[in-house]
Amino acid sequence: MREITLSQAVNEAIAEEMRRDPTVFLMGEDVAEAGTPFKVLSGLVEEFGTARVIDTPISEPGFMGMAVGAAMTGARPIVDLMFGDFIFLIMDQLCNQAAKTHYMSGGKLTVPLVLRTNLGATRRSAAQHSQSLQAIVAHIPGLKVAMPSSAYEAKGLMKTAIRDNNPVVIFEDKLMYQDKAPVQEEEYLIPFGVANVKREGRDITLIGTSSMVQVAEKAAEILAAEGISAEVIDPRTIVPLDEATLVESVKKTSRAIVIDEGHQSYGVTAEIASRLNEKAFYHLDAPVLRMGAMDVPVPFSPALEDLTVPTPEGVAANARRLCAGEMIHAA
Amino acid sequence: MAKAKSNTEDYLRMYTQMVRIRTFEDNANQLYLSAKMPGLTHMYSGEEAVAVGICEALTDDDRITSTHRGHGHCVAKGADFKQMFCELLGKAEGYCRGKGGSMHIADQSHGNLGANAIVGGSMGIATGSALRAKLQGSDDVTVCFFGDGATAQGLMYEVMNMAALWKLPVIYACENNGYSEYTKTEEIAAGSITARAEAFGIEAHQVDGQDVLAVNDLTRKLVARARKGEGPFFMELMTYRYHGHHVGDINREYYRSKAEEKDWRDNRDPIIRFRAHLVSEGIASEDELDALNAQIEKDAAEAVAYALEAAYPDASEVDMHVYAA
Ligand SMILES: Cc1ncc(C[n+]2csc(CCOP(=O)(O)OP(=O)(O)O)c2C)c(N)n1
Ligand SMILES: [Mg+2]
Repeated sequence: MREITLSQAVNEAIAEEMRRDPTVFLMGEDVAEAGTPFKVLSGLVEEFGTARVIDTPISEPGFMGMAVGAAMTGARPIVDLMFGDFIFLIMDQLCNQAAKTHYMSGGKLTVPLVLRTNLGATRRSAAQHSQSLQAIVAHIPGLKVAMPSSAYEAKGLMKTAIRDNNPVVIFEDKLMYQDKAPVQEEEYLIPFGVANVKREGRDITLIGTSSMVQVAEKAAEILAAEGISAEVIDPRTIVPLDEATLVESVKKTSRAIVIDEGHQSYGVTAEIASRLNEKAFYHLDAPVLRMGAMDVPVPFSPALEDLTVPTPEGVAANARRLCAGEMIHAA
Repeated sequence: MAKAKSNTEDYLRMYTQMVRIRTFEDNANQLYLSAKMPGLTHMYSGEEAVAVGICEALTDDDRITSTHRGHGHCVAKGADFKQMFCELLGKAEGYCRGKGGSMHIADQSHGNLGANAIVGGSMGIATGSALRAKLQGSDDVTVCFFGDGATAQGLMYEVMNMAALWKLPVIYACENNGYSEYTKTEEIAAGSITARAEAFGIEAHQVDGQDVLAVNDLTRKLVARARKGEGPFFMELMTYRYHGHHVGDINREYYRSKAEEKDWRDNRDPIIRFRAHLVSEGIASEDELDALNAQIEKDAAEAVAYALEAAYPDASEVDMHVYAA
């Protein structure tokens, strides 16, 4: 099968959906000629023109609000937010307007829009360009949240997002844009709320989101060499969450670590861990561990930044201790 | 060159500061190109007369807020090369102990409240600093630097309204370098930028940002009036960035021609222009200015060498400074 980059996968998904549905349009900063600073959208303006690939001024709350209005009245906007950190600028339009309109209107109005943005540290971009803010939007009822872990997921989830009748936020890892994965030529969609068991195992379940899936897979390799069999699961969307697949896995392995690049406290890892505690408590041999980014703003210095994110070695070390029964009564 | 009443010392300091900025940036760019600097950075080269003309009209008690393109503001407000290069390289002796990097350098000792990686993100901060000055009866002035692209942020209009209502000692300094990232200003800004300030009753001026004396002369007058409670003011400084949007933006002919870049460099360079003025007015000889340049290059080289050798922060610093004591 051919391999394409995550960047190409996103580009293809958007192009296919724009060909399929004339109401889909794209807006954001430097999305047209420049194709975004990460060059993810290169070529789209040439095919679809500036009426459907719209360069905006640096007015995030403004164009986000316009996307909500366009979505409520018959269009399917894709909003490009250059860095996930800028979500804080658009919170009102996203969380007070887009997320609630369908509910507040008693189901009469819909807001079918996609907000595509990114996450991820270790790019030496410091505290305002490195955050992973998925937990913050996942907290708001009415928003769906997808977290592709490879080019394959990026394409299939994007196509589903564009066809969904709700506001969907997609977080891509900005360090993964050049990573390749096998992606079939034929059309496919990946449904929301269906986790992917990436690797089967007996002793412990490693649940990772986005690039943390790779971290979990590498940890599983390390553990396999030591005779520990780890199962790796990618939820693919955190809202909706495929709780059943996660719970089934943990019932089998009796141990779990949840890994996500957002801050550890009050985060995605906490939510998933507590669901496992609620639904699989009597099957657990050890506490479910959370591994998120440190609870600090992301520091610039490489010497500090690298300490803040989960690593395969760190995951493997924790898994080893869980499997050895060392952390059963951990403080 | 606009005429400004000043003395030799002031002129030479302005020249020196402009050359220091250019030299700092040349070294920073080299560090990037030789893969010695982590991440990306935005060069201020070409815009020196703006930062220097303005900051030379301020004292250490006056505050500034800076941008992602902030090295020039930082140097002009009095920062030291060593601590700046250390910050760019993420070293413990940097202005922010390596935590901020290029886009977040702050220099508390000279009133630089910090660069900002959120476009327009400092407009509230600058205006709030001016509100504090007024509430506490202090006569310091705050200058808010921002780019033409930042005029698209709604925050700007909220704070300009309040600044005008409450007559705050803040000067909004819009560095119009013709582009925001890869887009020309006329494609993202409707109408006139100064007229937007004028709509709030704020006195606004457009000035040649390549003429350090014109910038300095205007700023001195506005600062003096702002100290007396006649603010706020707005300046639009017409300028140009020589490099790409950031150091990695090398192939840029799809949005900006080489001929245009050459024209600004050859015909409107703020340092070349001011140097010619200094020589023709007999303020300094070519030899004296060459010696100044050489000294600055030496200082920069030493600071770079020092920063390259300097230590990274200890791992224990990672969770320090999240909360103030
Ligand atoms: C809120 C926000 N949106 C977008 C960006 C990405 N970005 C960084 S610099 C920049 C262009 C800024 O242009 P301008 O204000 O004219 O400043 P210049 O770079 O020309 O000095 C953009 C869009 C950002 N950092 N913050
Ligand atoms: Mg600009």
